[in-house]
Amino acid sequence: MENIVIIGNGIAGVTAARHIRKLSNKRIIIISAETDHFFSRTALMYVYMGHMKFEHIQPFEDWFWEKNRIELVRGYVTQVNPKEKKLTIDNVSSLHYDKLIIATGSKPNKFGWPGQDLHGVQGLYSKQDLDLLEVNAPNKEACKRAVIVGGGLIGIELAEMLRSRDIPVTFLVRETSFWNGVLPSGESQMINEHILEHHIDLRLGTNLKEIVSDENGRVKSVIIADTNEEIPCNLVGLTAGVTPNIDFLKDSGIELGRGVKVNRFLETNIKDIYAIGDCAEQHQAIGNRRPIEAVWYTGRMMGETLAQTICGNRIAYNPGHWFNSAKFLDIEYQTYGWVFSERRKAAHEMHFHWRHPEEKICITIAFHQDSRQFLGINTFGIRMRHEVFDRWLSEERTVDFVLEHLADANFDPEFYKKHESGIVSKYNADYGTSIKPKKKSLKRIFQIA
Amino acid sequence: MSTYDRSMALTGQPPKTITRNQKLATLVGMFGLAVMLLAAFNVSFPNKTLWLTISLSALFSGILWFSWEAYSQKLPGIKNDGVWFKSISSKGLWGWMAGIALTGFYIILYFYPEYLGLASKGGNKGVIALFDPLSKALSGNPASQWFVYGTLYTVAILAFGVKFLWKYRHNRYERLRTFSVMFFQTAFAFIIPELMARLNGDKLLNGGSLPYYDLKNVWPLNYYNFEGYRIKGFLSSGDIGFALLIFGILSIFVITPILTYKYGKRWYCSWVCGCGGLAETAGDSFRQLSDKSVKAWRIERWVVHSVVVFVTLMTTAVIYSYLGTDTSKYWLTKSTFLIGVATLLTLVFGWVMLFKREQLQKDAQYGAIGYFVIIMALIGFHFFSGEGHVFLFKSETLRKSYSFLIGSIFSGVIGTGFYPIFGNRVWCRFGCPMAAILGFQQRLFSRFRITTNGGQCISCGNCSTYCEMGIDVRAYAQKGENIVRSSCVGCGICSAVCPRGVLKLENGPQKGRIDSNQVLLGNDVDLMDLVNQK
Repeated sequence: MENIVIIGNGIAGVTAARHIRKLSNKRIIIISAETDHFFSRTALMYVYMGHMKFEHIQPFEDWFWEKNRIELVRGYVTQVNPKEKKLTIDNVSSLHYDKLIIATGSKPNKFGWPGQDLHGVQGLYSKQDLDLLEVNAPNKEACKRAVIVGGGLIGIELAEMLRSRDIPVTFLVRETSFWNGVLPSGESQMINEHILEHHIDLRLGTNLKEIVSDENGRVKSVIIADTNEEIPCNLVGLTAGVTPNIDFLKDSGIELGRGVKVNRFLETNIKDIYAIGDCAEQHQAIGNRRPIEAVWYTGRMMGETLAQTICGNRIAYNPGHWFNSAKFLDIEYQTYGWVFSERRKAAHEMHFHWRHPEEKICITIAFHQDSRQFLGINTFGIRMRHEVFDRWLSEERTVDFVLEHLADANFDPEFYKKHESGIVSKYNADYGTSIKPKKKSLKRIFQIA
Repeated sequence: MSTYDRSMALTGQPPKTITRNQKLATLVGMFGLAVMLLAAFNVSFPNKTLWLTISLSALFSGILWFSWEAYSQKLPGIKNDGVWFKSISSKGLWGWMAGIALTGFYIILYFYPEYLGLASKGGNKGVIALFDPLSKALSGNPASQWFVYGTLYTVAILAFGVKFLWKYRHNRYERLRTFSVMFFQTAFAFIIPELMARLNGDKLLNGGSLPYYDLKNVWPLNYYNFEGYRIKGFLSSGDIGFALLIFGILSIFVITPILTYKYGKRWYCSWVCGCGGLAETAGDSFRQLSDKSVKAWRIERWVVHSVVVFVTLMTTAVIYSYLGTDTSKYWLTKSTFLIGVATLLTLVFGWVMLFKREQLQKDAQYGAIGYFVIIMALIGFHFFSGEGHVFLFKSETLRKSYSFLIGSIFSGVIGTGFYPIFGNRVWCRFGCPMAAILGFQQRLFSRFRITTNGGQCISCGNCSTYCEMGIDVRAYAQKGENIVRSSCVGCGICSAVCPRGVLKLENGPQKGRIDSNQVLLGNDVDLMDLVNQK
């Protein structure tokens, strides 16, 4: 019986394991140094905030693994030896594999800031980081102020977490507006406002110079570049992105770039070794995607794909239309298709932006200047139906069509206020069109003939 | 991880801590309760109307003030910070104490009302006497333990209802639903029946007197609706009484199936029902305590469906026992009634087995077959047993056991008393026969579903954690499946707490409603076809 070994029990590795089990009787072993059981990494924040206990963020009950004959090993893989098809765990025991799947995820970026390894300086990625945060910032007495460095998704989540315990937060963002490398300016601006509403000390266009130690090697303060302002604090959260967690593979002979180099079949340069999830790096970026996609959904998709290959049906990783989601404090964000920020968008990409006059709700629709083809949508504070946008993207609908049928895509809970008329009249005013929004149709939504 | 403690301290660090004003508010509420407690110990208050007003107002304003302090300073959004740190909402010491206090209250209420001051002769004493003025103002009669309970129940739904409205002020579905349960409790359960009692003896009712009837209570939730004394009451009260009796029958056989088909059982369980109303308002702080394990689900299915069988048998027995045998006196006789029941059950059973078999899980099929055989067998016994007996038992024994076991112990003592331990929907989930029947319809014959939004689920678990019915919502959502579960009461909280906008309660076409395919959008379309090959 073939022995499949998976390093890493995150969403990518576990999805691969589940689908391999569905398709075959192979022996499956998952090795993790982090936790005994799979948990939802994206939900770690809710444990600190007291919304859930750690057991709640484990999607499967503990008996699931044995029942499905997925063996779990707790340990850190220190070495991979492709010649002998062996791994070493914790420098002592060794394990043979027939096929090896590397799904070791990421680790927080550190950019060589002075003081970045002091006590009280940490990232937020792993279960261990969460445990550490309970030590570094258990409450507002022990942590009088926290400074977060890096204005991305994890940074704002960490800010929300700390604020739930009333800990004062200073949020250093290098960009001139929050996440504006990704978000168009209108949206980025709205999130800036929302961050301030939550009493977070947002410092835009601000860089960290150094982290200052006290006499015990603990963080005492940070110093801001340019102004040399010193901000006393007890916690520094480093949330300036993540990087593949692959240091243990350095001398293995597996081709590495920033991540583990893979082809479209998620195969590495060595036969029978694969990489999926955050740690995999495509030789060639797929479409508009980045070569390394550190996203929950892509990890899951790669796991589904690779399971087919492992079970004898060699298939390329061929992701469909891009989608993603996040939540910025109280504002939910979803995106379907591609909407680029001003910094990254191509010349032909036009943006239609609408923002609610009072509430924190807005959307941006991207479309092609000449063909008027709908390219993508960002939505804040309005939920949209994935299936409908996926269909419209495949059908290459025009932006006018999308606006006319926008009600079909609304996924807000029942009785919520509708915004279609406001959105469409703004569009009509902007582009001199006379589109009339159609009423929501269950027939169209559910594709009933 | 657990550096938090569950000490009894009302102070502590945020988000556990409560403000000074919240402490004062607690004091105000406790004062209101203390007045009632003193009355229960026969401290005689001189001006009962005044002291009752003071007591209820203190209770009401204490809760309101506390809630206002909790939510008014915060932006609209999900307010679950610290739920698992607070002793009261995480089965800590305060949770247990509240559970024990509530359970004790229910035991006294159901079995020892004399300790509350109920007097069979002479005037009421104790806390019941304190409520006399209000009762007399409404119905003209002195209070009973049930009037005291009804008043406190209504106060709880109204006060905690306002709390819920503030907590979910960003969510119109939650707000409308809460206004609805507040209205139905106040009007239908509390005021209208009391006012109806004023009509008793009136010529409008031909001098008859109506039984106490909360119009939104449908058999089998009000398992007693068709008992002999009530039927006599209905029939003695002229056209109005007769209309009410017909309404009671139509409620279960016509009105509920139609509404459940259109909207799912939520139209009742989380918009109208009083048990649901209390669970959604006063019980909201405990929804996360429900057990989500597969094991609990298995137990739930057996227990709740057994209650349905029990209540059906019991009601059949009770009606049977007061029916005559002579067709010339009344068209409905013992045997025609039994044949009618058997026919109805056979029709339902036959329909399910013919058309909906595929949609039932295996054990549900076994259950259906087993129970059907039992019912048929028991009815068969009738033809071999003597007068006054139905099935194997005396009908009165059945009725009493049901009323004791299900009506009192399960729905009251365990169902509500154990809110802080088992969660707020223990009764609705494990015990309520009405919920089981509506759930059966919802699963097999309804347009309602919770739609999963393509591939957007991140398996975080907020939906499952905050599902008061113990449904593992995430198990479906993370596979891209819609959620169509018979126990779902449609409270909408899973959708509200979802940080990625994945869940939507909606009514739509039945085709494709239950999609067991693992279609997670985003991946290669051809791959998805492969994944779905079974």
